[in-house]
Amino acid sequence: MYSVSFATAESVDDAVSRLKNDPDAKLISGGMTLLPTMKFRLANPSELVDLLPIMGLSGISIESDKVSIGATARHTDVANHSALITSLPALAKLAGGIGDAQVRNRGTIGGSVANNDPAADYPAALLALGATVRTDRREISAESFFVDMFETALADDEVITAVDFPIPDYANYVKFPNPASRYAIVGVFVAKFGENVRVAITGAAPCVCRFSDAEKALTQHFHADALNDLSYPADDLNEDLHASAVYRAHLIPVLAKRAVTGDGPPKL
Amino acid sequence: MMHGIGQPVRRKEDKRFITGQGQYTADINLPGQLHLAVFRAPVAHGKINHIELTQASTAPGVVAVMTSEDLIKGGVKDMPCKMKMFSGDGTQMPEIEHLVLAKDKMVYFGEPVAAVIATSKLLAKDAAELIELDYEELPAATSASAALAPGAPQIWPQVEKNLACDWVFGDKDKTEQLFAAADNIVQLDTIQNRLVPSSMEPRASLASYDEGKDEYTVYVSNQNPHLSRYLSCRHTMDIPEHKLRFVAPDVGGGFGSKTPQYSEEYLCLFGAKLTGKPVKWVGERSEAFVSDAHARDHVSCVEMAFNNDGKILAIRSRHVADLGAYAMVFGPLVPTILYATMLSGVYTVESVYAEVKLAISNTVPTDAYRGAGRPEAAYAVERLVDLAAEKINMPPTEFRQRNFIPKDKFPYEVCTGYFYDSGDYDQCMTLALNAIDYAGFDARREQSSARGMLRGIGISVYTEVAGVGPSAPLMEGGLEIGMYEVTCVRVNPDGTVTVLTGAHSHGQGHETSFAQIVAEELAMGIDDIEIVHGDTARIPYGVGTFASRSMSLAGSALSIGVGKVVAKGKIIAAHVLDADAEDIDFIDGFYKVRDSDQILAFKEVAHLAYVPSSFPHGEIELGLEETTYYDPPNFTFPAGCHCCEVEIDPHTGKVKIEKYTVGDDFGRIINPMIVEGQVHGGLAQGIGQALMEHALYDPDTGQPITGSFLDYCMPRADDLPMFTVESIDSTTPSNPLGAKGCGEAGAIGAPVAVMNAVFNALKPLGVTEEHLTMPATAAKVWAAINKVN
Repeated sequence: MYSVSFATAESVDDAVSRLKNDPDAKLISGGMTLLPTMKFRLANPSELVDLLPIMGLSGISIESDKVSIGATARHTDVANHSALITSLPALAKLAGGIGDAQVRNRGTIGGSVANNDPAADYPAALLALGATVRTDRREISAESFFVDMFETALADDEVITAVDFPIPDYANYVKFPNPASRYAIVGVFVAKFGENVRVAITGAAPCVCRFSDAEKALTQHFHADALNDLSYPADDLNEDLHASAVYRAHLIPVLAKRAVTGDGPPKL
Repeated sequence: MMHGIGQPVRRKEDKRFITGQGQYTADINLPGQLHLAVFRAPVAHGKINHIELTQASTAPGVVAVMTSEDLIKGGVKDMPCKMKMFSGDGTQMPEIEHLVLAKDKMVYFGEPVAAVIATSKLLAKDAAELIELDYEELPAATSASAALAPGAPQIWPQVEKNLACDWVFGDKDKTEQLFAAADNIVQLDTIQNRLVPSSMEPRASLASYDEGKDEYTVYVSNQNPHLSRYLSCRHTMDIPEHKLRFVAPDVGGGFGSKTPQYSEEYLCLFGAKLTGKPVKWVGERSEAFVSDAHARDHVSCVEMAFNNDGKILAIRSRHVADLGAYAMVFGPLVPTILYATMLSGVYTVESVYAEVKLAISNTVPTDAYRGAGRPEAAYAVERLVDLAAEKINMPPTEFRQRNFIPKDKFPYEVCTGYFYDSGDYDQCMTLALNAIDYAGFDARREQSSARGMLRGIGISVYTEVAGVGPSAPLMEGGLEIGMYEVTCVRVNPDGTVTVLTGAHSHGQGHETSFAQIVAEELAMGIDDIEIVHGDTARIPYGVGTFASRSMSLAGSALSIGVGKVVAKGKIIAAHVLDADAEDIDFIDGFYKVRDSDQILAFKEVAHLAYVPSSFPHGEIELGLEETTYYDPPNFTFPAGCHCCEVEIDPHTGKVKIEKYTVGDDFGRIINPMIVEGQVHGGLAQGIGQALMEHALYDPDTGQPITGSFLDYCMPRADDLPMFTVESIDSTTPSNPLGAKGCGEAGAIGAPVAVMNAVFNALKPLGVTEEHLTMPATAAKVWAAINKVN
């Protein structure tokens, strides 16, 4: 790690102004991606602006039709929030499967969403559930938030404050983890609002995306069998030492079915 | 006695480890210490034109910058291989000078090229980035097969075609005759995946130089301080042995990778004298991936000849091993002697023949890693056995039973030349089979099948040559190091005991199990016994801990030493009690005159040995301390059976281990809890090799692809099932303690038990080694099932 100065943000506005004043400053919350990158000397920010001390940024609130999660809520907070487990269990399950216990005790939803790692879990939930990202200055739909690999609609000096998730009638997330890093090789999030079904895929492609054929099929008939004849083209999918594009393409409908039936194999 | 031999005593050392009070090398700080950073080769193969140090040496905080030239001028030499094998034509492996820093060329990515010493670690690393290396990248040979291929880049001029040794073993003619006469032959191509040992504590060193006394001290995360001091002084540094104190303090795992010499130790030692200040280097995980000796990386074609009645006749192997860019201290021993001599396994095989090619490549050098050669042999034999049993439609258990060396035939001379000490393979197998409910497997497979899952069961019955020495046959075979062990039993005046041993504990629990040996013999509590290890200044001499040798060698030396102490104490007691020493028995910590009520506590005798108010002066010397050098008459041959049951999801290829049971023969067991822990650790590493771990290089450039735990898959607790580990009641005649050793066994039996289970599960789909090699990751299993690449 290169030497770096460390500042405590007193408020969201303070964080924004620090970013405005110093284009090389970086926000840090859990630091679960940023710190390893810095330790490898692959990032060299001039200043780290710590969001964790900001009061009121980590709350989780549950309303009848939506769940709001503060930007600095840790994965473990989401995974173990009893009201959330009742109203949106798929999201708690997703959070409880991120990385390992140490990562979940530090990593935050805001950090995960802002980083937009193509293999991160949260983006699938945001896209499938039609979530809204709230920032210091506006609200951004998940649809327009995730732009490309590690790229979002956020301005350089913009700070996420919360993510709002509509509560669906049914949702489930099934992930096939990279055995080493436990990021998603493929993760599929299925959400059903009335008849309307949304399916989002993470891990497989350069950026989280929707599986529209599956959405159509499931909107007509919400049953795993509706996906029997579906395949996903391997053409533009990720390929690395852990999984070929063909394997990822194969896993997408397999995991989508399991997300629908809710009875995946004992443990992936 | 609750602390004696055979008791599952909780480990004494764990209190300091789990409360953060362990003292690892990184925890030790010396006044005024400086910090060292290593500048490493950015390419796998390259010619060094010039190393520009101007910027680095004038950077903030920098005290010194070193290149190979500086070290050579300062008298620092190479880190030699001590096991230079002979090729079939009688020529010995050529010497490859393994310098501390690369001189004219770089031969693997990560090889140390230069070093910076600065006032802080951060500044040292900053300055290292300012070193400008002018080099010419050369084509790299990034695997053994690439290195041995025609037209491969020549790495060392003296290693023709990158073939360091073309070793042969066994009776070729006899083996060929048996193959020609056999009813059946099965054949198998296997790959033993390259592994990164990944001890929890990365390597570290801290050296200081006392100019007034002209003495060095070096703390190193190391498994064998005396062996390392010997190699350091005899070969690498111009330091007399009495002027180098080599300390291996608390060490967090070694698995073989902390046996060899490493550049950083000598950079710190040289740097300490150069700067007049202590110099510290603490390795980072990313450095460990490219600088710790790697493991395995063998490719072999093995065959077994057998008759229709299941009788195995002969086994032969054509084996290629990747030594990496240099031959490490024991590197060539692993794929040769430690592999080929174990190719008859636990069976009455008539002949074995092996040809082993040792290749040099542009990769991190390989050396011993838990099991070292024996997991590879067990894999070959136990896969062949399964294939052979399948070919003649015989249950794999029965096939094995028909070929086991019978328990009443020990000591048994196997065709590879060893005398196996003792064994009861059938009993081990029965233990493991019963524990896994082997008979109930078919029903469980049907249940899995009903859920759309594939279920398989696999067995391996392994044995291993362990307890290494004896020295004589090893030295005849080319080893240039003695393989005995040393222990000193020092009874203090208050009757407590300090044991000084050359064995080193880096996870093995010696501080407890060695104390139990003393506790048993002297009828004391283990809290009155201190085990001192890891410091050449405190311990008379020793070799170190590797090859499952500590309990059978150091433990035996300790047992003998305690016996000598008891015998000497008897002479003192006889004087005090006015009796003949022959009439005195030592029972439960007391010397007792036979047929009398005269007794004297051991504690009293200990006191008299140093405060001789009543002492047989003239008969014996004062003091109560005995040093024992123990070189065993034979190796030991721990053995056992592993049983693994897996379930495979055919839609994803994911292999899940459902059940894992073990029945072992470790000889006499000192602490069953520690032994079970050792087996658990070995199983985790063996399962890791079978299903997860694989160190990969870019085949064109030789850049490492798996350079962190994001890509190199280490097994975690939740990847593993609950293990059932049992042992048979046995003892070995090979040493006075009766212990065979247990450290490597788990990693030897596991990879092939897991793979036998995987292939058993995939049998209905026709998947063989042709389609699937270790590690059997989900992606690879799925591809094998679907026959896609």
